[in-house]
Amino acid sequence: MNAVLQTTTEPCAQPLTGSHPMPANDPLPDTPVLEVRGLDIKLPSGGDRRLAVQGASFTLQAGQTLCVVGESGSGKSMIANAIMGLLPRPHVEPVAGQILFDGQDLLQLNEAQMRELRGHRIGMVFQEPMTALNPVMRIGEQLAEVFDAHLRLGAAEKRSRILAALADVGLPDPALLIDSYPFRLSGGQRQRVMIACAMLLEPRLLIADEPTTALDVTTQAQILKLMRELQQRRGMALLFITHDFGVVSEIADHVVVMQTGQVVEAGPARQVLSQPSHPYTQKLIAAIPQGEPVIREGEPDPLHVLQVQDLCKTYTSGGGLFRKGRQVSAAKNVNFELRRGQTLGLVGESGSGKSSVGRCIVGLAPFESGRILFKGRNLMSGAALRQQAKGKIQMVFQDPYASLNPRHRIGPTLAAGPIAQGVPRDVAMARALELLQLVGLGPEAADRFPHEFSGGQRQRIGIARALAMEPELLVADEPVSALDVSVQAQVLKLFAEVRERFQLAMVFITHDLRVAGEMCDHIAVMQRGQVVEYGPSAEVLRNPQHDYTRRLIEAIPRLNAHQD
Amino acid sequence: MSSPSKNSFWRRFRRNRGALFGLMVLMLVALVVAFGPLLAAHDPWDMVEQPFLQPGQQNGFALGTDTMGRDILSGVVLGARVSLLIGIVSTLVSLLIGVSIGAVAGYFGRWVDATLMRFTELFQAIPSFALAIVLVAIFEPSVKSIVAAIAIVSWPPVARLVRGEFLTLRQRDFVAAAQLSGQSTPRIILTQILPNAASPIVVMASLMVATAILLESSLSFLGLGDPNQMSWGYMVGSARTVLRQAWWMAVFPGAAIVLTVLALNLVGEGLNDGLNARLDGRR
Repeated sequence: MNAVLQTTTEPCAQPLTGSHPMPANDPLPDTPVLEVRGLDIKLPSGGDRRLAVQGASFTLQAGQTLCVVGESGSGKSMIANAIMGLLPRPHVEPVAGQILFDGQDLLQLNEAQMRELRGHRIGMVFQEPMTALNPVMRIGEQLAEVFDAHLRLGAAEKRSRILAALADVGLPDPALLIDSYPFRLSGGQRQRVMIACAMLLEPRLLIADEPTTALDVTTQAQILKLMRELQQRRGMALLFITHDFGVVSEIADHVVVMQTGQVVEAGPARQVLSQPSHPYTQKLIAAIPQGEPVIREGEPDPLHVLQVQDLCKTYTSGGGLFRKGRQVSAAKNVNFELRRGQTLGLVGESGSGKSSVGRCIVGLAPFESGRILFKGRNLMSGAALRQQAKGKIQMVFQDPYASLNPRHRIGPTLAAGPIAQGVPRDVAMARALELLQLVGLGPEAADRFPHEFSGGQRQRIGIARALAMEPELLVADEPVSALDVSVQAQVLKLFAEVRERFQLAMVFITHDLRVAGEMCDHIAVMQRGQVVEYGPSAEVLRNPQHDYTRRLIEAIPRLNAHQD
Repeated sequence: MSSPSKNSFWRRFRRNRGALFGLMVLMLVALVVAFGPLLAAHDPWDMVEQPFLQPGQQNGFALGTDTMGRDILSGVVLGARVSLLIGIVSTLVSLLIGVSIGAVAGYFGRWVDATLMRFTELFQAIPSFALAIVLVAIFEPSVKSIVAAIAIVSWPPVARLVRGEFLTLRQRDFVAAAQLSGQSTPRIILTQILPNAASPIVVMASLMVATAILLESSLSFLGLGDPNQMSWGYMVGSARTVLRQAWWMAVFPGAAIVLTVLALNLVGEGLNDGLNARLDGRR
């Protein structure tokens, strides 16, 4: 409570609480740290709806965690930005309601007063740790800026406090890190730095906007643990924005579920998770992959579509005419095989080499040694492989926003491949329309441009484009990791459907063991370019042999975390 | 669905007042080019009146006459044809060279890129105006040789720009998808990547037309213009010896140059705004 008194004695706080009945210098002990009342945020005209957020209300007490959950476009990040005063006014601005922070309405503050609060009383952690740090500033200098903005401190004290903060978030070797540039840090380490930065002045309220979405499962688990610890130790309030109910169950005390700008359900986490009352919440919870391995009946098809034998791939970075570059092994003696109609999951964290293996199989990257056999036929490497495969090996890409040419309409995009293989134009266009139907989009989609579609729809188009070539092997590189959980479930279902229908062999690359368990017959777990565990999904998930696999499985956020 | 995107282009373009002004000036120049012979009463090379007539001194010679008694209005009007012709054609030629070299370098990378870029640097290392003078002096000064000279000195920046665009666009997944479906390399370059690099190229082209007009004027000023074509640069050049006695001989063609180049630059900026969809939020 000490902290509360401290805020209210700040000069800027006093004249601004007039509209609020509570006396500013004597907050009751149960004053919530944050109270949002009937908040409306308007969108610029021409948006998909008039209000981005409509009538949002919730409260957050000190020492508690509130999760705001919803799909992308539900307005959850808008609320966070409104609290921080970061909305791009005047196009997007709050038009009604109050945001009370320690009893003081943030919407009434001017920019200078908000600046005083930001970083000092309210901290924020963003989604993308790779871009949140300035690449040309040392870590220590960036953290020192927070002090410079709010306090007058000597250089020595600043340094010692930054070192303590870095140690506090569990970074190894703070003394070394403080003088490093961000590129030396991994994604998880950068997110720790961002958290250290937000926590530097011990804010009352920490806002975390999807802080773990861009991270691997194991790193996510570590970061969530760290945030929970810090929060309990400091007794601050945490507003956590996420789309993943698995994360919610790990960290939340209270949950607010948002759909198209409106709060559809709110309550204690345990209650919302175990007895969701609103159909939207039920849908979101049901969409979480359970990671229950599916065992499919029937004899495996005798035809081996893909055999990978002792595949090796090294990247050389740096290096010049006379200097040898640094060599990184992306794949070291990778072996697996795949029959028709089966799916193999390649699972690992980022940097494990799983995507490199995928790119070697489709011929987008050359490999040094080993063999790739496609229907028993040995394939060359790189561009020659693409020629030999004649388009029968196709790929679905991770980023639905980069994988479609923004200047091409959907119809020609789908038809271009078959036309290049010699199919007559009208036949190819007719097939494109059929495929759009198959992936759940109407034929009218053919005349539209990619920017008119959502991420999930674009991924459907990406699948249709791969299917247009009538492939026999499909390599899917993290096809659902950029999508919301509910959309993810639909796209996974579509994958399963087309696999059955076309008897496709699939290599499914993912970092999410839950997804792999639902989709794949076999799983190969990769770590640092090597397959450390390979076997039927059920066995790998239920009875993992390798330490690394066990770690991955433990890191999965689970819905029942609260019941434990 | 292309109509809304065109509309939004026009909306962003319109927001830039300078660009609208530039567009109007350019349309005026285009009208002058189209209907020039109707406006110009005389052959610009004919000595039709006494020399050193001041503007408005005599009916039918609104802008006066020059040191040889030639009509300045006719010169300015017909000079617009040469200036614009040379500006546009030389830009097209240098785009052709620059885009091809830049696209090949950016798409293939590695040693192809290194070789082509060293070749480009060879041209960038020589002062472009000096090179243009040498080239025109080697060939006979004519419209063709001037176009060739301007094109040869102005393609390197285009090549650099296009190479940069191609280097990043090449990494996009839609290019990988096109490769997987077996599309040929020229097809990928022309239909997949080039349309996405079009915006900066268009903007640069509009600015290059302006530079080309300036280059042509400078060459003509030095007496290296086509001797059969009246041009603004030539008029300014021939008036420089009598600048203090007869200001109008240099000012009118000079103003024509300034206005046209300014208009092209403003339009270029407007195109930049219009083609840059990211500015949309800042309406």
